[in-house]
Amino acid sequence: MKRRDFLKAAGVAGAALAGGPAEAEQPADPIEFAGVLVDTTRCIGCRSCEKACSEEHDLFVPDIANDNALAAERQTSETQWTIVNRYETSKGEVFVKKQCFHCWQPACAAACLTNAMYKTTNGPVIWRPSKCMGCRFCMVSCPFDIPKFEYHEWNPKIQKCNMCFERLQEGKRPACVQSCPTDALMFGMKRDLMEIARVRIYNHPERYVHKIYGEHEVGGTGWLYLSAVPFEEIGLRTDLGTTPYPEYTRDFLYGVPLVLFGLPALLLGLNLLSGDDDEA
Amino acid sequence: MAIPENLGSEFRRFLGFMASEMRPKGKLLTPFNIISVPIILLGLGILVVRFTKGLGSVTNLSQDFPWGFWIGFDVITGVAFAGGAYIITFVVYVMRKERYHPIVRVTVLNGLLAYIFYAGALTLDLGRPWNIINPIIGNEFGYNSVLFLVSWHFMLYMMAEFVEFSPVVAEWLGWKRVRGFLDSLTLAAVIFGITLSTLHQSGLGALYLMAKPKIHPLWYSEFIPILFLVSSIFAGLSMIIFEGTISHRVFKDQIDPKKHHTFEEIVFGLAKGAAIAMFVYYFFKALIFIHEHHWTLLNDFWGFWYLVEILGFVLVPCFMFAYAVRHRRLGVVRVAAVLTLVGIVLNRLNISVIAFKWDAPIKYYPSWQEIVVTLMVVFAEIWVFRWIVLRMPVMREAHETPTSHSPAIEAPPLRT
Repeated sequence: MKRRDFLKAAGVAGAALAGGPAEAEQPADPIEFAGVLVDTTRCIGCRSCEKACSEEHDLFVPDIANDNALAAERQTSETQWTIVNRYETSKGEVFVKKQCFHCWQPACAAACLTNAMYKTTNGPVIWRPSKCMGCRFCMVSCPFDIPKFEYHEWNPKIQKCNMCFERLQEGKRPACVQSCPTDALMFGMKRDLMEIARVRIYNHPERYVHKIYGEHEVGGTGWLYLSAVPFEEIGLRTDLGTTPYPEYTRDFLYGVPLVLFGLPALLLGLNLLSGDDDEA
Repeated sequence: MAIPENLGSEFRRFLGFMASEMRPKGKLLTPFNIISVPIILLGLGILVVRFTKGLGSVTNLSQDFPWGFWIGFDVITGVAFAGGAYIITFVVYVMRKERYHPIVRVTVLNGLLAYIFYAGALTLDLGRPWNIINPIIGNEFGYNSVLFLVSWHFMLYMMAEFVEFSPVVAEWLGWKRVRGFLDSLTLAAVIFGITLSTLHQSGLGALYLMAKPKIHPLWYSEFIPILFLVSSIFAGLSMIIFEGTISHRVFKDQIDPKKHHTFEEIVFGLAKGAAIAMFVYYFFKALIFIHEHHWTLLNDFWGFWYLVEILGFVLVPCFMFAYAVRHRRLGVVRVAAVLTLVGIVLNRLNISVIAFKWDAPIKYYPSWQEIVVTLMVVFAEIWVFRWIVLRMPVMREAHETPTSHSPAIEAPPLRT
């Protein structure tokens, strides 16, 4: 793990939001996004990550000794940033951790009109309370339905995984990764994680489907998944496309200045042309 | 010195005038008042709970449905209905069609109030409304957000509409020179306002572009912004016909009886415009439908529901408008206008609520509190509208200088 590189990237203060891989490959001081590789073939469903996450962020701490929570598929919530689900698949029982995917070009951050939802230069997508006005457009836009809102607070917060942004700044790994007893979670730069994931598939072609979830989904995500069964079987949406979501509004936004300056000129021209004949 | 004295007396005159204008005009116990006052009070009570216990205490919003009735109806639909103002100011001030001049003031007033109240209702839905200043004061500009654009345009458009309406206020207050100055700003405000409207009417549609996987494919299209813009044209025109029909009855004492005939001519003109806009819209919808190969999607509830909206509430009223214009049937125009408005409500709610996460196991439907607050917003707007119409020269022709105003117009008894 290139922690030094990571810290260097973290230290790039005020750098513009990197647009994606093209910009990440600039030669001078490359900005790389961090992520986590989830190997679902290694997960034993102990839910230590759920507990560690909640303790780290002062959220509801689940009783992980009790397995009832695994009975039905759950979603992350305003009190739990990460959860583990159990799936009955064609290859038996599989456990899958779910949290924010930390997209390379996040829809939530593009949607946010106050930049409260923010893609940091080192990878985590974080929420900044002093800026948010609670419009919930991030929730409408997120293809994974990850941001959650506190509907029963007078001063509500948006709750979602921030990849332990504070811990990363101290040079530590995310709490969930730290707590994982089976190395099902691995923290690192996405470039390195992709290599590791490919090596695992290469070494055990019979164990994995030959695809890494998150490599291209919605333009690439920070969190990557390896699986023994097709991803639809373990609750990961494969119908979201590979276009980064901000692209869907790009054409519209590019048209705005055109209309803003072109239309008044047109209207003024129409006005002059439509003058009454006797007035002219 | 004479000037301060003059100013003093002028100020006293102004205060006296305002005090007399503040007094209610007309009967207090009208059916409208009896219904609207309790609902407004109940709505205010609900808002107290909403701001102390959170949005979840009064709404059915959930993690799956972050935007409900307050956004889908109050804001998205309400703003489409307010589209009449930019259409009519375009026709009258840019194209100089004097035929429509008599309805400019009331349409602009309706537009202005609709934006203040319906777009204003947006703040009720914000979880952290005190941070609303962030994108305005430049604390934080999310340039890449469609909502950033829409909120700025709402704000600027309200100002433009206020400038468009301000000569009426100046006339009411008897400020002749101010009025002259404000009149000179009208064309600029109109052009600015039409530009902003084009962008935010389409922008409201663009809000849903990133919700691609969540909206039923029959309603999702990369052309949502254009569809929203075109439909705001006939939504606005139908709203003028609908509101005009009602206010011509309620405020009939404000209008010169000789003008009723003029109004009928205007209505037929508007109906013609609506028919054309609706046909363009329908054609566009059909193109998208064919281009995206949506035939296979028609064979279930959602396909049926889509056809109800497109055939029943776009194509049918479109032909009704055309028929009514050709055969000069005012009644048919009115029915078509109502159908069109229902169609707009259906379309906007389909995209924002009904066909949004159409496959979710638990669907959203508005709570009674959400409906009461929506009614509160509508009624409050009508109250302000009535207050202004009964005082300012909005519907009546009052280009005389109203220096001896107060007793001049005795309030007509209101009927609802």
